[in-house]
Amino acid sequence: MSGHKYILQMKNIIKKFPGVLALNGVQLDVGYGEIHSLIGENGAGKSTISKCIAGIYTPTSGEIIFDGKKLEKYNTSQALKLGISMIHQELSPVLTRPIMENLWLGREPKNKLGLVDHKKMYELSKLVLKEIDLEEDPRRLMSSLTVAKMQMVEIAKAVSYNSKLIIMDEPTSALTEKEIKQLFKIMRKLKDQGKSILYISHKLDEIFEISDRVTIYRDGQYIDSREISNIDTKSMINLMVGRDVNEMFPKIDCAIGDVKLEVNHLTHSTHFNDVSFKVRRGEIFGIAGLVGAGRTEVLETIFGIRKKVSGEIKIDGRKVAISRPRDAINYGMAFLTEDRRLTGIFPVLSVRLNIIISNIRKYVGKIGLLDYKRIHEDCDDFVDKIQIKTPDLQQRIENLSGGNQQKVLVARWLLTGPDILFLDEPTRGIDVGSKSEIHKLVTKLAGEGKSIVMVSSELPEVMGMSDRIMVMHEGTVTGILENSKDLTQERLMAYATGNIE
Amino acid sequence: MTLVEIIQSRETLISTMKKYGVVFVLVFMIIGISIAQPAFLSRVNIFNVLTQSSIFGIMALGMTFVIISRGIDISVGSILGLSGVVMASLAQTSSAVSKYYPNLAEMPLIVPILAALIIGGSIGAVSGWLIAKTNIPAFIATLGMMTIARGLALIYADGKPISTLMPSLTALGGKLFGVIPIPVIIYFIAIVVSWILLNNTSFGKNVFAIGGNITAAEVSGVNVSKNLVMIYAYCGLLAGLAAVVFAARVGSVHPGAATGYELTAIAATTIGGTSHSGGIGTIWGAFVGALALAVLRNGLTLLGVGAYWQQVTEGAIIIVAVVVDMRKNVKKH
Repeated sequence: MSGHKYILQMKNIIKKFPGVLALNGVQLDVGYGEIHSLIGENGAGKSTISKCIAGIYTPTSGEIIFDGKKLEKYNTSQALKLGISMIHQELSPVLTRPIMENLWLGREPKNKLGLVDHKKMYELSKLVLKEIDLEEDPRRLMSSLTVAKMQMVEIAKAVSYNSKLIIMDEPTSALTEKEIKQLFKIMRKLKDQGKSILYISHKLDEIFEISDRVTIYRDGQYIDSREISNIDTKSMINLMVGRDVNEMFPKIDCAIGDVKLEVNHLTHSTHFNDVSFKVRRGEIFGIAGLVGAGRTEVLETIFGIRKKVSGEIKIDGRKVAISRPRDAINYGMAFLTEDRRLTGIFPVLSVRLNIIISNIRKYVGKIGLLDYKRIHEDCDDFVDKIQIKTPDLQQRIENLSGGNQQKVLVARWLLTGPDILFLDEPTRGIDVGSKSEIHKLVTKLAGEGKSIVMVSSELPEVMGMSDRIMVMHEGTVTGILENSKDLTQERLMAYATGNIE
Repeated sequence: MTLVEIIQSRETLISTMKKYGVVFVLVFMIIGISIAQPAFLSRVNIFNVLTQSSIFGIMALGMTFVIISRGIDISVGSILGLSGVVMASLAQTSSAVSKYYPNLAEMPLIVPILAALIIGGSIGAVSGWLIAKTNIPAFIATLGMMTIARGLALIYADGKPISTLMPSLTALGGKLFGVIPIPVIIYFIAIVVSWILLNNTSFGKNVFAIGGNITAAEVSGVNVSKNLVMIYAYCGLLAGLAAVVFAARVGSVHPGAATGYELTAIAATTIGGTSHSGGIGTIWGAFVGALALAVLRNGLTLLGVGAYWQQVTEGAIIIVAVVVDMRKNVKKH
């Protein structure tokens, strides 16, 4: 440590966008060799401040001191040279090229003739990968890696730049428990080498596990910084949302009726084998398991997105043929998909069109034209009912926060009046406040007699919400458990990892 | 006016300019040209410009549907050629010298027109079907159809123009009450129909959804395949309609007719603000874009700019218009 305590000091940072004050005089201090977590609800300004640090944005005003020097306006490549790397929420690797070319993109080792020296690149890559314990052939194509491995490559890249500060923006949102452990191991190793990490995540348990200190933002304002030993979950949440969130999992027992959906011996060519279960009216049926267990694929196959090899699906005791999502929707099913961006929202289209798209046929009038009056009424209705925060319904959905986008998708599916709802990671990547609102809504829907199937990787969520839990491991069902008080996370994990006697 | 108000009004002016960027380009062009050449603003010349824009303008309307759905259709010029020669062969006067069907009696006007529309719509439907079922890129599918349609046109007409068309058909190239050109009327009807289709039907909303996120559209229950066929069929149908206007104005159809028109139609659509990344676009924009191109061509001719330089200018305007327009779609954060 060289005289000063902090590698990064940000003072009174203001960042304005047209019509929005994203950061209102915030501060942030990251120490040398410190893992510092930054938390807050969506829209708190976490991503904005990290982009200011990484040189993607220039603050409207404020002071940035890095490694003892005051920084003026700089861009991302200058930031890299200074020793600031950022690992983005959404990775953007060049999928069709090998690991090593991704590592050295834009600064490829050259030979005397000025041509790319592939041999040297290979050797250098091996060294860097070894440093973070990633045993992969540098010549492997990026596209053949799992998301976790891609993330590791990004970290390797940061290491290869000899970065002093690495910003990680929600790196674990797509990782399995095991992969998260591996990531944490590497983070601790980097920390031991004296590097600093700014860690952004929604998962509070991870933050307690990995960080030294934590800074909390709310609505573009600095709230507090604390030693991790000096704060507990409840106060952390209170500081984030500025109010008490008591009802994290507001499950209320409701009357469970007859069997609504029955799946028998459903099999897919690669993803899963012989899956059978029944879901009753008013029941919340959880599906747990690790990433790659085939949970999403089961839902997608029932919904007609994927083709089944064998097995049958019954609704109300009658066998149904579903070969595409349209059929499933006609049978009263709805599917809130896992990947909001890929299979959910229409980013450039209005909130209104995003709400009505699944239901558009309902609004066609006598001569084939759309009845805008009814569309407006129904949309306004939903905005009130599930509290979608948007300036107006003509707004593009991409301008809304993640939680509000998710609510729009919920509205889309509720508008179809479904009896069976598939919810795949319904609260992934959304803030604590919206999360609890969605949980409340799910419970309410179950109370109305709808059958709900919910896939979630967060054990507290599955255990807090479900009546019964089906656990999958590598494409097979390892158990269907009653969600009683004595069901522990450990026992669920044993089923999920296939370690049951 | 207080300072704040001045700043606010300036901000609204800038945002309005961004919103209607192309309209401003168009207005400036019109003002500039009419100062240099007052004849530009005569009634006759204004109708001239509209008539000149009608053929590729009609094509641009269909192209708008295609591009909003995140596709492209480069076959519309060839479709015009093929449906044009077939229509012409069914619309020759009985006294025509080299008659395609020597024994064919003169038919009611509606028959050749329907033939053009059906051929155009069918070729478009085939493109749409190929894209939906084989997943090949729209560019490749319509490149294939473009070459096939042009080949068929040449085979059908044996490489020669088909002329001496019925007066009832060529009358469509004339003027209503001696004032309003009928091609302009046809163009405006096509605009209104397309506008309603795009904005007030479930088909139109599905077009936006497919362009906005095709996977999400499928999951949301949109019949993507059916809608793709309909989109390209409508685009082809309008190319068939453009063939009717073409034949009516020219009085004969050559199998090589309208080569390159597809690019003008794409340019007009693009200038009008329809985004090639899908999900964004308007019929109004396609109209303004086509008009801007026609004004430019007409104006440059009036100003005595040579044909070669006209092309250079047109290319530059396309780029400038799109650059200006892109700025409004830049993400704010």
